[in-house]
Amino acid sequence: MKLWNHYHTPASTAEALQLLRDYAGQARVIAGGTDLLVEMRAAGHAPQEALIDITGIPELTRIEATPEYILIGAGVTHTQLVKSPLLAGAATCLVESCGVVGGPQVRNVATLGGNVAHALPAGDGTTSLVALAAEAEIVKDGARAWLPVEKLFLGAGRSLLNPAQDLLLRFRFAPVAAGREATAFSRIMRPQGVALPIMGCAVWVQVTAGHFSAARISIAPIGPTPARATDVEAALSGQPATATTIEQAAALAQATLHPRTSKYRATADYRQEMIGVLLRRTLTAAIERI
Amino acid sequence: MSSLELTINGKRYALDVPESRTLAHFLRHDAGLTGTKIGCEEAECGICTVLVDGTPVDSCIYPAFKARGRSITTVEGLAQDGHLHPIQRQFVRHGAVQCGFCTPGLMMTATALLEENPDPSDADIKEALKDTFCRCTGYTSVLHAIQSAGRELRGLEPLPVNDPEVVEPLKVISRSVPPQEVYAKVTGAARYTDDYHFPGMLYARTLRSPHAHARIIRIDTAAARALPGVQAVLTHEDVPGENLHGLVYRDWPVLCHDVVRYAGDAVAIVAADSEDTAAAALHLIQVEYELLPVVADPKFAHTPQAPVLHPNHPTGNLLKHIKVRHGDVERGFAEADVIVEREYTTPTTEHAFLEPECAIGIPAGYAEHEKLTVYVGSQIPYQDRNQIARSMNLPEEAVRVIGTLIGGGFGGKEDIAGQIHVALLATVTGRPVKMLYTRQESLIFHPKRHATIIRIKTGATREGKLTAVEAELYGDGGAYASLSDKVMTRATTHATGPYEVPHARIDCYAMYTNNVPSGAFRGFGVTQSAFAVEQNMDLLAQALNLDPLEFRLLNAQKVGVTTATGQLLRESVGLIETLEDVRQDLHAHFQQPQITWGWREGTKAYGWGIACAYKNTGLGGGAPDRSEAEIEAFEDGSIEVRTAAADMGQGIAHVVAQCAAEELHVAYDKVRVLLCDTDLTPNGGPTTASRQTFMTGNAARRAAIALREALTQSAAEMMDVPPQQIRYEEGLLRYNGHSVEVGKVVGWMKANGLAPRTRHEYHAPATQPLGSGGDMHFAFSYATQAALVEVDTETGETKVLKILSHRRGPALVTAAGPLQDARH
Repeated sequence: MKLWNHYHTPASTAEALQLLRDYAGQARVIAGGTDLLVEMRAAGHAPQEALIDITGIPELTRIEATPEYILIGAGVTHTQLVKSPLLAGAATCLVESCGVVGGPQVRNVATLGGNVAHALPAGDGTTSLVALAAEAEIVKDGARAWLPVEKLFLGAGRSLLNPAQDLLLRFRFAPVAAGREATAFSRIMRPQGVALPIMGCAVWVQVTAGHFSAARISIAPIGPTPARATDVEAALSGQPATATTIEQAAALAQATLHPRTSKYRATADYRQEMIGVLLRRTLTAAIERI
Repeated sequence: MSSLELTINGKRYALDVPESRTLAHFLRHDAGLTGTKIGCEEAECGICTVLVDGTPVDSCIYPAFKARGRSITTVEGLAQDGHLHPIQRQFVRHGAVQCGFCTPGLMMTATALLEENPDPSDADIKEALKDTFCRCTGYTSVLHAIQSAGRELRGLEPLPVNDPEVVEPLKVISRSVPPQEVYAKVTGAARYTDDYHFPGMLYARTLRSPHAHARIIRIDTAAARALPGVQAVLTHEDVPGENLHGLVYRDWPVLCHDVVRYAGDAVAIVAADSEDTAAAALHLIQVEYELLPVVADPKFAHTPQAPVLHPNHPTGNLLKHIKVRHGDVERGFAEADVIVEREYTTPTTEHAFLEPECAIGIPAGYAEHEKLTVYVGSQIPYQDRNQIARSMNLPEEAVRVIGTLIGGGFGGKEDIAGQIHVALLATVTGRPVKMLYTRQESLIFHPKRHATIIRIKTGATREGKLTAVEAELYGDGGAYASLSDKVMTRATTHATGPYEVPHARIDCYAMYTNNVPSGAFRGFGVTQSAFAVEQNMDLLAQALNLDPLEFRLLNAQKVGVTTATGQLLRESVGLIETLEDVRQDLHAHFQQPQITWGWREGTKAYGWGIACAYKNTGLGGGAPDRSEAEIEAFEDGSIEVRTAAADMGQGIAHVVAQCAAEELHVAYDKVRVLLCDTDLTPNGGPTTASRQTFMTGNAARRAAIALREALTQSAAEMMDVPPQQIRYEEGLLRYNGHSVEVGKVVGWMKANGLAPRTRHEYHAPATQPLGSGGDMHFAFSYATQAALVEVDTETGETKVLKILSHRRGPALVTAAGPLQDARH
């Protein structure tokens, strides 16, 4: 069944924006298309007039490092991320999360930008970007701006970005300082079937003199948009980086976070219990990396 | 239309095509490279994998214009200058090719892996194949093939092949020979139904009920018919013959007329110039429904409150009550020291064959097609012909069914899918019509493995001897009978497990509901009852403090035992041997003659489980069970065997060719097999009940013996020697230093007005109906498996780490795949 009428592969951001303007709401941005096209096929609507593929724009398909930031183009594929020598130590959680998305064929075309722009509450890449306190560069209503990744999420599947008009360009975050900071990601999946995580968890920790000096924890999905477990982060701060502290943090997370029952994921009871298990495992993995 | 320039398999292409093409459609329809298959169209199954600049992608959701200027490699590009790529060679060698539908995807994914990492670990291969599915092989042979190809690329010897034990004095059977059509399957040349194209062909779609149970008030097709490009919109009014089909009970409407009974029931069909137009036309058909109360549960279906779904069925929603009575169950339980009673439920299960259903109808008189012809990958072509003819109001001889290759069946391609619909549309439009189901449609429409509710009570003495089994089974047959009667009969008769049970009372209720119909699926009902039986066996062993393997040995069926259906087992009962083989493997695993059934390590728990099963071969139950094969010799020395037995990847063509080659003393590669053409091949009967190797293998064998005798007679005449002194050697007939080639004898026969062609209809040993107490089946096969399972006690996640499996019966073919997959 025909899903679109015209397919464009602009070579620059300016060209992409011009195409979006020309189509005046009848076009839609596409990157890897592994979510979008499946969703369009399932919806069975009339074909989209045009798809604007941003993966041919060099600026959006690069991973770069500046002294302050790691910069990742929105059109960078999961495979690129997983294989990037720049990210292996500087954003381990992102590499881990992008490495478990789909199968190899999907990772070869699916992009981190698509993961975020699709606004799913528990995109694995998104969960890690939140823990990395990443920012996104967007073109919204014709203006460029950087804003925290979480701000792109308005609700489940609802993005701040208008896919017929706006563009997601890049992500940036500070690389972890080796020896002092570390990240980790883990998730629980159904063994077969639905390719949605029951729950995923990414953490960034900073350890000073054997104590947690800062932490960022992202467990998803708990609500319709990704969010940090700030109470648990606060409770970790200043505590010794030991198994006991981690156990207490896991217990706190389990007591304070309330996931719902999802027929695609698991029951609320099970997911509640898994919060503790996941956080314990992920925090333990992270501090072992310091 | 826009110009798309790219390179495919080293060749430049510039084609004007719609920008809406996916890469898979572009390759298949525009570039004519049909080796790339489409299985799901949602990036799940991976069988459409091709390489874009060396990187594997799912071509089904890869826009063709995204590939502009790039270099694509498809399965057709693997072989170079007529030489197979190592991956192709090793897939053939290791028997990693069965139905062949996923083979291109598996090989492309593997090729990319080996390009990047020529020395992958098993874990690397499993990760690479995570989303590239195969439903036939069970992956073990695939893993070996990829390892071997990697070794070949690194200049090392490939891994050895696990050949079956050669049975002397057999020359062909039991020896390693490549399956028929395997080279076509690894090069992408193999053609499945959707790979056929006929000039002027139309595309068809089916409008299905969104409701589980509703009355049809009105169907309005005017708007759909008015859509430009639509050539026909048909409803029940357009069915010239009987508007019902069904393999056992004819209760399934070709197109629903008064009531729809499940969400998926066919209401109208459309043929149009393009797939898009056909799909668009479906939206324009207006159907007014009046919703009716839904029967969603087989136990509810059995109550007086449940609406009756088939008023003409004499026992209401009870499709069939199936009973087994054996001995005196009360006495049996009185003799028991321990009794275990549980209720188990098993879910509806989908076959997930990777090729969705497809059928092409060709009107009588179109090109070389004299008759109304249907191309389809079906498990039972003669039954298709019968059902098409009835609904078309034609004599059977006026319809021809041509079986194409089948991309997996597993029981799910026995019932009518689009066969009658395309026959109707082709007849009405006068043009070829193709109907290909989407994966979603396939999932919604076709009969599944029955969901069951099984209450089972098992008793045993302190010494560990079973005394009695009492069971009640509810089978959710769904909206139409399909094969429920037969499947649930099998579940009932096998509900004692492969054990000696002196007293049994088993009642099974096969019920009509408003769920998707249930039908045949590997194991044919035995899967469900075996699950319940074996769970109770473990509970009993535990209660009696007996080793679960020894407990099964104590009760295993053997020669001299009478089954619960009253069948005295007189020969060939292999269960004890399979149990002993598994015990030996377990001892080898533990490196001592002692088995630890369960243990913990940290937060992980481990356990070995064991289960036994048996399953009949052949239709049994008194049903006439026949298969016919024809065999012909040609002047070039080749042999053709013809029979309508379906090869859905299990390798019946391979078996038939081996049987013929063995009896005719010719080389295996001299034999070709023509399957499933109702005008050219005699009826091999249904490809079900694990019967074809035995039935059609025997038919081919006996036809070959008859042909050998005819050839011998003629050679004796030619050489003027006594026929009993003629010997066969590799395609030659020899006598005292003289020899003549088979082909020469054929020439002589033809010159003398003799046909070098014989036929044999093989009849299975007679069986008796259930309840008569006689032999319900002529043979059973037996199996024992043990599985090591890991449980993460924190998350509940489980993993099967190892499976040990043994069954009894010599392997005729080399491909281990069917055995490995049967573990699933």
